[in-house]
Amino acid sequence: MAASVSVSVVPAAEGLRAVYTSGKTRTYEWRVSQLNAMLKIATRHEKDFVVALNSDLGKHEHEAFIHEISAVTSACRMALKELHRWMKPEKVKTSMTTFPSSGELVPEPFGVVLVISTWNYPILLSLEPVIAAISAANAVVLKPSEVAPAASEAMAKLLGQYMDASAVKVIEGGVQETTALLEQKWDKIFYTGNNKVGRIVLASAAVHLTPVILELGGKCPVIVDSDINLTVAVKRLISGKWGCNSGQTCVSPDYVITTKPFASKLVDAISSELERFYGKDPVNATDLSRIINSRHFERLTKLLDEDKLFGKIVIGGQRDKTNLKIAPTVILDAPLDSLIMTEEIFGPLLPIITVNDIRDGIDLITSKEKPLAAYIFTNDKKLKEDFVQRVSAGGIAVNEVTIHLTDPALPFGGVGESGMGTYHGKYSFEAFSHKKPVLYRGFTGEISARYPPYTTRKLKFLKAAMSGNIIGIIRALLGW
Amino acid sequence: MAVCVETAAAELRDVYSSGKTRTCEWRVSQLKAMLKIAIHHEKEIIEALNSDLGKHEHEAFLHEIAAVRSACRMALKQLHRWMKPEKVKTSMTTFPSSAEIVSEPYGVVLVISTWNYPILLSLEPVIAAISAGNAVVLKPSEVAAATSSTMSKLLGQYMDVSAVKVVEGGIQETSALLEQKWDKIFYTGNSKVGRVVLTAAAKHLTPVILELGGKCPAIVDSDINLTVAVRRIISGKWGCNSGQTCVSPDYIITTKDYASQLVDALSSELERFYGKDPVNSKDMSKIINSRHFERLSKLLDEDKVSGKIVIGGQWDKANLKIAPTVILDAPEDSLIMNEEIFGPLLPIITVNNIKDGINLITSKEKPLAAYIFTNDKKLKEEFVQRVSAGGIGVNEVTLHLAEDTLPFGGVGESGMGSYHGKFSFDAFSHKKPVLYRGFNGEISARYPPYSPRKLKFLKAVLSGDIIGIIRALLGW
Repeated sequence: MAASVSVSVVPAAEGLRAVYTSGKTRTYEWRVSQLNAMLKIATRHEKDFVVALNSDLGKHEHEAFIHEISAVTSACRMALKELHRWMKPEKVKTSMTTFPSSGELVPEPFGVVLVISTWNYPILLSLEPVIAAISAANAVVLKPSEVAPAASEAMAKLLGQYMDASAVKVIEGGVQETTALLEQKWDKIFYTGNNKVGRIVLASAAVHLTPVILELGGKCPVIVDSDINLTVAVKRLISGKWGCNSGQTCVSPDYVITTKPFASKLVDAISSELERFYGKDPVNATDLSRIINSRHFERLTKLLDEDKLFGKIVIGGQRDKTNLKIAPTVILDAPLDSLIMTEEIFGPLLPIITVNDIRDGIDLITSKEKPLAAYIFTNDKKLKEDFVQRVSAGGIAVNEVTIHLTDPALPFGGVGESGMGTYHGKYSFEAFSHKKPVLYRGFTGEISARYPPYTTRKLKFLKAAMSGNIIGIIRALLGW
Repeated sequence: MAVCVETAAAELRDVYSSGKTRTCEWRVSQLKAMLKIAIHHEKEIIEALNSDLGKHEHEAFLHEIAAVRSACRMALKQLHRWMKPEKVKTSMTTFPSSAEIVSEPYGVVLVISTWNYPILLSLEPVIAAISAGNAVVLKPSEVAAATSSTMSKLLGQYMDVSAVKVVEGGIQETSALLEQKWDKIFYTGNSKVGRVVLTAAAKHLTPVILELGGKCPAIVDSDINLTVAVRRIISGKWGCNSGQTCVSPDYIITTKDYASQLVDALSSELERFYGKDPVNSKDMSKIINSRHFERLSKLLDEDKVSGKIVIGGQWDKANLKIAPTVILDAPEDSLIMNEEIFGPLLPIITVNNIKDGINLITSKEKPLAAYIFTNDKKLKEEFVQRVSAGGIGVNEVTLHLAEDTLPFGGVGESGMGSYHGKFSFDAFSHKKPVLYRGFNGEISARYPPYSPRKLKFLKAVLSGDIIGIIRALLGW
């Protein structure tokens, strides 16, 4: 099996390199044709994607469309609209040191790139990076996640049908295929997933000095202050947690921090809004995605069943093993050394940690690894400023969760354990471009003081010229 | 040794966590201290550079000391502006909202420097790290021992040693440092060790900037001002540390017809610059040490090459000097055409058609810089379009480094990431997006229970379809 995997991966990579070297992918026309093809896929085959996402994740059409398909069409449309502007070299002002001269920054593709995608937003997290790679004129291999097989198959079929297969390839498979791919030399790798595999990707990339973007995860905290519009806050919280693939989302609130006096109000509000959203039998709500597979289901139930959590479940806890559903579950004051408070949850379980002073919440957050996102609900200006200043995360949202992702003006990516590099909007184009500085000179503007033989007088002149010292320049020229 | 590296890293982390390095005041105090070092200790630094590299005061000042002062002054002048969050216009998807991008330090960073511009390539990244609010360890190259010791002494004297440390040493110390967890690593050096650094960084998911090298080609077209071109080439090659410079022209490509004119011009300008006995010219740096001297003489002595020397070739082993040497048409498979030369040897490769030069360049790994001397607009455009390199200079060599508005760094085998000017601050900053909302602007269609009507409404809103919005609101 391994031999035949390498046999298909190696020629695929070599084929792409030959096509890239021919210059085909660099033209404006090619990029536009591919972006238009991708747009056709996302608009004509919306139903196919909705069905695949439902099959893999039990994802409701609402989420399939809003979170994945419409984001893909948006990315295509933005790239089509902005491509001319993004491709244009950026003129740069040059200084006295190189006078007379002009300079510009020329964006060029890295070359042949690898996109490794994941299972929770399999369409979005595969196609958006591919769109980025194409708009920047790279040839690209997409490796979708085998954990979401229907989406993987749909993408392999549709991209095979609509895209220029000589420069845009989909390679399906599992660990073996990914390993074979990582042995090849790529000019850039874009990986979305967890930090264990992220380390493997980085180590493989090191062999070829390949630059890498890692979109990882982390425990995204939410501080909930008192003296806020609690109903709105809770609706947004629920929407960002359970309304995003049952919490299986890299930027979902992982855990909440609030003050001891406020906790019961918060729990009551969550309970009541959860019922408004999902009814009295949430385990069977079709609006909620199921857990992706039994491995993750076991992982999540293990978090809930840990002794340390006994008696602390205040909402939910019901589960349906056959259908891989877990009800929206809230745990109050799980110990900080419990499993649920030390690993990324990635599921429909929400611990609430209570503190005496809301500011202690910031200390708790900064004692942990840097997450992909951090959130705070507050009307307290000073607390807000303190939070923004002290909490390092990929991104921050105030009085909102997760939607900062949807704004193309904001770069999306992690820091520390949550990743490196960013994309979205024009950052997507930049993620896959090398900005090459070019300095233009003519044959005039010679300063002979630059050249040997070196003399004290020449050095005096240059020192004066560099410090803008006119008298010094004249003195040096006159030999004083 | 490992114990003291671990303790140093832990101490830096505590100091960083205290928030001390993040204030404007601290950063300004450190930048001023660095500027004092570069001004008050100019003589000492020049002596150290002369001791390590035989570097002439002219190059020591212009290429290293002046650049360090410039970096400090620019950072001091721009710091307020660089530290300010950048307001960002938000879109309809998050209305009503406001947003900004906040620059924050990575935390505790490691700068590993090299030997050829030991002052510049140690202090400029440290200045960058400090201006961005990081705590920093500098590991200078042990190959340039006098400058390493000078920097250690002066930084120890002037800087805040609780947050800015110098760790001297060789492979052992570097390995011990690379085992620690850093929030960013900045490495200048060769691609072999670059891979080692990246692999070590992978364990901690540490982002890395690698400033490496490569074979920087220079195409020389005919129908140019040959005298000016040649002076610039000589200046960028032998006038930059005897060619031991990451962006020096490594080899030249010209047409067969033009080659002899080029060789004559080089010969005559070289004599004007370095006299009739160039091996003993004080204006040229020596070769750094005997290991590199052996490496370079081996390149020259290879059978394929030794008969093709058209200028120079003399050397002085005792003083580690090699004269400016030009080789005409070394074979493609010779050592000198396959490794980065990093010395005072300049191969000229001749082609039939000057455009073949571009094909030759693109068949090799991406270099840190690529150059072309031409007045042919079309050739120039093709060169800029087709040649991928860290940076490009047209009718000039090496000077693009001196331009603060241009990011300096490599691509592919020549590295990743960039710095200089504002890019230095950015190199050591995490740009954190922050979205601000209030509690109004609720769109209930976002929320479960999901319904076809809600979805219709959202689809219409997303596509800006006003009629569709109205219809959905009315339940049609």
